[in-house]
Amino acid sequence: MQTVKMVITGPFSAGKTEFIRSISEIEVVSTEQNISTDAEKKEKEQTTVAMDFGRITVDDDLVLYLFGTPGQRRFDFMWEILAEGMLGFVVMVDSAKPETFREAKSILETFRAYAPTPYVVAANKQDHPDAWSADDLRIALRIEEGVKLLPCVAKDKESVKGVLLELLYSILEEMDAG
Amino acid sequence: MPLQGNLRDFSTTQLLNLINLAGKSGTLTFFEGKRTGEVENLGDQKRERIVAGQERAAMSFRSGKLIFAKMTGQDGSLISVLNKAGKLTDEQARIIRERAKNTTDKALALLLINANYVSQNDVVTCIQQHTLDVVYNLMAWNDNPFRLDEDVHPDGSRIQVPIDLENVIIEGARRIREIAELNQHLPNLDMALKFPDNPKEKFKGIHLSVEEWRVVSFVNPKNTIRQIAKANNMSETEIRRVVYGLEQAGLVEMVKPPGMEQAAAGDRRRRPPQKPQVQRVTVNRLIDKIRSI
Ligand SMILES: Nc1nc2c(ncn2[C@@H]2O[C@H](COP(=O)(O)OP(=O)(O)OP(=O)(O)O)[C@@H](O)[C@H]2O)c(=O)[nH]1
Ligand SMILES: [Mg+2]
Repeated sequence: MQTVKMVITGPFSAGKTEFIRSISEIEVVSTEQNISTDAEKKEKEQTTVAMDFGRITVDDDLVLYLFGTPGQRRFDFMWEILAEGMLGFVVMVDSAKPETFREAKSILETFRAYAPTPYVVAANKQDHPDAWSADDLRIALRIEEGVKLLPCVAKDKESVKGVLLELLYSILEEMDAG
Repeated sequence: MPLQGNLRDFSTTQLLNLINLAGKSGTLTFFEGKRTGEVENLGDQKRERIVAGQERAAMSFRSGKLIFAKMTGQDGSLISVLNKAGKLTDEQARIIRERAKNTTDKALALLLINANYVSQNDVVTCIQQHTLDVVYNLMAWNDNPFRLDEDVHPDGSRIQVPIDLENVIIEGARRIREIAELNQHLPNLDMALKFPDNPKEKFKGIHLSVEEWRVVSFVNPKNTIRQIAKANNMSETEIRRVVYGLEQAGLVEMVKPPGMEQAAAGDRRRRPPQKPQVQRVTVNRLIDKIRSI
């Protein structure tokens, strides 16, 4: 049986766990930890500490694994391990939180350095009233023209499918080119 | 959906760059940062949450050009501006102010030009200089909340002189004297520089200083910033200032020089990244599967 993997990365609270949950056929094996302080709780209840793990079975001999990285920097030792052998990766950005854009760009660069695989950027939380548009995000994050920057709502399965498909199309294109 | 945020995370230079590239219209308002005492959580970094207080300044744009700027509480009327620039004496300013109480700036400019007090060129240059002064002052701010309202425009009575943002960005960055800030943005002088993919387009209509040209002429992924500084006999701060300005204006990009990639890889004893052995047909099967979910 062949297994392939993709990595879903991005800053704290960008929506990585949500993204994998929306599409995985199994209950996401999440290593979430309850957030301890009240201030952090305001944000959300749980954070990923090691990784999220989702699965999509194509048939008896092909399975796609989705790995979500922990967003917090203190767990970034996990990143390189997760990146090993990935087919491609998605950088999730919380479009309504400009204070995380710099971090998102830095994570993007880090993953790009791990492996020369295709990637797409997902401008997540487009349903949020304060969300920056994908076009504005492209400029803010300085994403090159050739890289796909896709509007996304991680809670919406169709939207998640769209992002994964675009990544797969990019992978195909790269195979054709190389 | 207004764009909003804090200058802590997104500098004025970056904002102007965004407005310029996206050709935006509207008004960008800056507020006093009000501390809340609440802790805000950015992953493992914590900091105090700051919310928007009173308005401190505003700039307006049309199709990506700067057309108006004001500091709250500062008199930006035509008379004050001409007075400050020495085109009207204090006495003249006082008299005109009295007589022309309900006249708009535009009407006033016509009157003054017709009466030969000032030339049209004086009006344009003075307004432009005033706008730029406001903007350059504001560029040193670094922790104010901001908001861009694309449907708010300055009222029509004001004289608007459109100014290209590229030059404002370069000049503004040049004026950001805080070395600390420069150090923070450009901590590593061992990085190299390269031109963006469409340099011709980016450089069109941009005026570079002699210093900038000297740096630009050395831009090559093989030359580190430190080497460029040395070749040009520039100090670390000088080179940082120039590179920062060029980078913020999108004229150069930072890259790792070839030696550094190897050194970094060597340090970590990393195996060369391996491409997974996956075939086209596998990817196509994944595509079909995901489509069908
Ligand atoms: N409105 C909206 N909220 C979302 C969306 N995606 C995620 N969220 C919410 O954003 C918060 C963070 O989502 P998570 O999936 O936990 O984020 P994460 O990237 O896994 O976070 P860490 O594991 O802590 O790094 C949760 O409250 C989600 O419900 C979206 O598309 N729209
Ligand atoms: Mg998570």
